[in-house]
Amino acid sequence: MTTLDVDNLSVRFTSPDGQDVQALGGVSFSMSDGQFWVALGASGCGKTTMLNSIAGFLRPTAGEVRLNGKSIAGPGADRGVVFQKHALFPWLNVAENVEFALRMRGISKKERRERAMETLSLVGLEEFSSHPVYQLSGGMQQRVGVARALASDPDVLLMDEPLGALDAFTREAMQELLLKIWDKTRKMVFFITHSVEEAVFLGSHLLVFSPRPGRIVHRAELDFCRRYLEQGDARAVKSHPDFIRVREDVLQAVHVSHA
Amino acid sequence: MSVTPKSPTNPFGPPALGNLPWVTATCGLVLLALWWASAEFRWVPPLFLPGPVKVFQTFLSLNNGDVTGGTLVEHAAASLGRVVFAFVLAALTAIPIGLSMGVSRLVRSALDPIIEFYRPLPPLAYLPLTVIWFGIGETQKLVLLTLAIFAPLALSARAGVRSVAIEQLHAAYSMGASRRQVFFHVILPAALPDILTGMRIGLGFGWSTLVAAEMVAAQQGLGQMVLNASSFLRTDIMVVGIVVIGAIAYSFDLAMRWLEIRLVPWKGRT
Repeated sequence: MTTLDVDNLSVRFTSPDGQDVQALGGVSFSMSDGQFWVALGASGCGKTTMLNSIAGFLRPTAGEVRLNGKSIAGPGADRGVVFQKHALFPWLNVAENVEFALRMRGISKKERRERAMETLSLVGLEEFSSHPVYQLSGGMQQRVGVARALASDPDVLLMDEPLGALDAFTREAMQELLLKIWDKTRKMVFFITHSVEEAVFLGSHLLVFSPRPGRIVHRAELDFCRRYLEQGDARAVKSHPDFIRVREDVLQAVHVSHA
Repeated sequence: MSVTPKSPTNPFGPPALGNLPWVTATCGLVLLALWWASAEFRWVPPLFLPGPVKVFQTFLSLNNGDVTGGTLVEHAAASLGRVVFAFVLAALTAIPIGLSMGVSRLVRSALDPIIEFYRPLPPLAYLPLTVIWFGIGETQKLVLLTLAIFAPLALSARAGVRSVAIEQLHAAYSMGASRRQVFFHVILPAALPDILTGMRIGLGFGWSTLVAAEMVAAQQGLGQMVLNASSFLRTDIMVVGIVVIGAIAYSFDLAMRWLEIRLVPWKGRT
């Protein structure tokens, strides 16, 4: 059983123009195995600060993040991160990008290639293993990013608006792919988005953030992701009256918190 | 000035798009023909500008070396040797120092004022000083050239460090890379395109400085050959020297561009 606890987390920093900014003001929640947590909110409400704290890229001013009970002090391979863009290494090909974590650990070339190919087949990119990454489309690049984060078999997958730069069609296809991968691997996921529909569709747990200071103003448990995995028809789930009602409720919560 | 349409299918494309090879070829041929005609019909006295045929004959005959203190190949080899040696020396020092300046606040703060001060100085301004310090031998040329190549190369390596994306650094750390691994597996390859650009600029810089330095004091070298020929009014040898100097500089640049395509094919595509 893996768990991730965010305990009364606050982050404060000085902005480049010298102002004191409270990015996060006392946020708490607990994730465990097989849960898909979505953080929703407009830009500047601390979602990325939240993710960076979990990843260990920045130190919280107060509170802490614990993975399996152990306090997080810095980044590590037990937390895989998928970024919106610019995170792949163009000097490496697709398979080499996916192998990176294994190479850093000194795993033999043969073994890491095997594991990279397994992970690539999960995102449907085995055929592209020797392609340069800069020749791939945006959607395929993000699939490489997901495979790369999964290759080190992390406890939790942290995703910072991974679909934000994709066109609408690719984005919907990627949402479905992510749910299938989540279903297969049963990993904890922490996913950031500012699309209400995406949040309601993907999340088993939803957190709505409000700005200045970033805090959670609305929580919900959802089951549309499981409905999709059972029925296999994303449009049917998204056009169902239940979905539309929840979507509007959440939208309402976002509006109230930003008013 | 009017802007000509770019192409029948893309009449409103960007102004700097495409080439017209036949214009380039025609221009070159017209220039060559004018040069030939100016000598053939004595528009210009041969002392001022010998014709292309004469220059080509001189080029072929420059292997006895009686006028110029060595054969053309010897002069070219001397010049090439100096520039390559200085280039290697500069690369071995400037790239590590530039990278350290990029990653370390301490090194950056210590070296930045020094490099930024001497970088815009024309090497010919401190050439007399290097002559007093190191004489007129090979050491002096090596010092001068290494200094000329060092600055652009160090600064481009330093700038290269900045071209690594924060997402790439974060991704590497979250895949368990140590700081050392991040430097060698992420920062270094990310800086490579800028380092290669710096090498190209440095090489061009070194070459132009070298020829000038050889004109001041040298036994051998293309610059020396051109200068020496001028005291014998051998304009044909001077023209050969100038063409060879230009040809070598151009080949350097082509080689660096080829290297760029081979080593950093992703440049400008991410």
